[in-house]
Amino acid sequence: MVGTMPVGVGHFLVVSAILLVLGVFGIFLNRKNIIIIMMSIELILLAVNLNLVAFSGALGDLTGQVMAMFVLTVAAAEAAIGLAIVVVYFRNRGSIQVEDVNLMKG
Amino acid sequence: MNWALALPEIVLAACGLLILVIGVLRKSDSAQLCSMLTLGAFLVTGLLVLTRPGGIGYYGQFTVDSFAVLTKLLILIGAALSLMLSFDYNDRQGIARFEYPVLILFATVGMMGMVSASSLMTLYVALELQSLALYVLAAFARDELRSSEAGLKYFVLGALASGLLLYGISLVYGFSGTMDFGVLAHALGSPAQASAGLIVGVVFVIVGLAFKISAAPFHMWTPDVYEGSPTSVTVFLATAPKVAAMALLLRVMAEPFGHLLASWQLVIEVVSIASMVLGALAAIGQTNVKRLMAYSSIGHMGYALIGLAVGTPLGMRGVLVYLIVYIFMSAGTWACIIAMRRQGLAVEKIEDLSGLARTDPGLALAFAIFMFSMAGIPPLSGFFGKLYVFLAAVQSGLWTLAIIGVLTSVVGSYYYLRIVKVMYFDAPGPALDRRPSMLGFVAAVTGVFTLFFFLFPGPLVAAAGTAASALFG
Repeated sequence: MVGTMPVGVGHFLVVSAILLVLGVFGIFLNRKNIIIIMMSIELILLAVNLNLVAFSGALGDLTGQVMAMFVLTVAAAEAAIGLAIVVVYFRNRGSIQVEDVNLMKG
Repeated sequence: MNWALALPEIVLAACGLLILVIGVLRKSDSAQLCSMLTLGAFLVTGLLVLTRPGGIGYYGQFTVDSFAVLTKLLILIGAALSLMLSFDYNDRQGIARFEYPVLILFATVGMMGMVSASSLMTLYVALELQSLALYVLAAFARDELRSSEAGLKYFVLGALASGLLLYGISLVYGFSGTMDFGVLAHALGSPAQASAGLIVGVVFVIVGLAFKISAAPFHMWTPDVYEGSPTSVTVFLATAPKVAAMALLLRVMAEPFGHLLASWQLVIEVVSIASMVLGALAAIGQTNVKRLMAYSSIGHMGYALIGLAVGTPLGMRGVLVYLIVYIFMSAGTWACIIAMRRQGLAVEKIEDLSGLARTDPGLALAFAIFMFSMAGIPPLSGFFGKLYVFLAAVQSGLWTLAIIGVLTSVVGSYYYLRIVKVMYFDAPGPALDRRPSMLGFVAAVTGVFTLFFFLFPGPLVAAAGTAASALFG
């Protein structure tokens, strides 16, 4: 055990904060493909799940893990709906480049 | 465990499944039939909401109090009005499919769950049920580029907001050890018990919910989604979900985080001022009525947020009165906008309204009433909505908010009155098509409410007061 450091809840929080920031930057800095945006959204939800499970373990309380199950389920539904919308968009526009989503100024 | 507390939601969801089956089995005219059945389901649910007793059930996950009852009725009214407006429009746009009323119904189930949430878990699941149905609705005209682009934008930004909200929920859970509103309120009884992590979590939750009510600076999606979605969907987006999300924000801020008022008050004040200013200034240059109404709704949410920033039962009452008034005036305005159709094609430019007073005096009069009401001119209902929130702000000494509110409503009345000017004083263009009777009916009902609200404000204000004090129970 020499030289090892116990992994505490703080380490999990740092990892999940990094994942969250990566996800948010993936949405706003990404100028290429809408699929990458979908991946970034999944990354945010995974960051949240990591947070919830880490807190649940640290608190000795199961609520966080139950919530994580709900988040997983909702994330699956959200990905399905998102991809369906992307398919509909592609059929009308013929492209899923982010810079082509510009019909309305916003 | 008292499962019957959620009976209205259970009945409505079961009706949704049934209507889905009927829609699939009937080959022709299923859209019309399913819409009628959905209206019936709303009516039954409304009666159940009114008659069922209140309480807390599902191990503290779900609560029914006078606040939930009032907002659920408003949500049902908004959903029913927008569904009525969609009959003819969907038919003519070629999007009359039976999934439309079913999606509206499930979104409504989600909204009813939102206002009854008494734990962060219920809050999230109900919010997502509503949002997922709304993403699909925004892209409902699936052969139209504008609609699918609106759906795409709404989805991406909505999912981001849900993610931030969820991250906030996880922080609140981690730093307080519970998701239950009652336990949270108890644990946070004195501000000293609120750690920095918890405050960060609360701010994330506010950001997520501010997105859902489209308050500035989280409003980017609103104009595009309002403009791109089929107008029948925009009507729905502009009525029921606004009430649901605002009610959810009220409950979250008042119940679990009520003791942290000093920590979140400034955030809400900034969001409120930003929304009012943006709603007043950004709408001035718009030429598209749907886009104009999007900015107008951002402004209206800013006014309603004044009441929340006050943080007292009086302020919450102001917000509820505002929502009651807003849902009718907004449904009426959209009834007029959806009636804008020339030679079978939907038109949505402001100049398409020119001289409407001579070609269709009835519609012009209704539109003018709603515009005056939106601008807050007495004695129309919009004036009372603003009056009660400004009153609460002044009584609590938040003069800045009240003064900025009055100034921005003066600026905002410019673009509302411009529409009236275009209708009454510009040279008339070609006449609009004859409008279907359903639009006239909705416009008349909401118009009468807007026009004569000042005669009977007492019972509604009292109901809003009872509902608001239930939050501080």
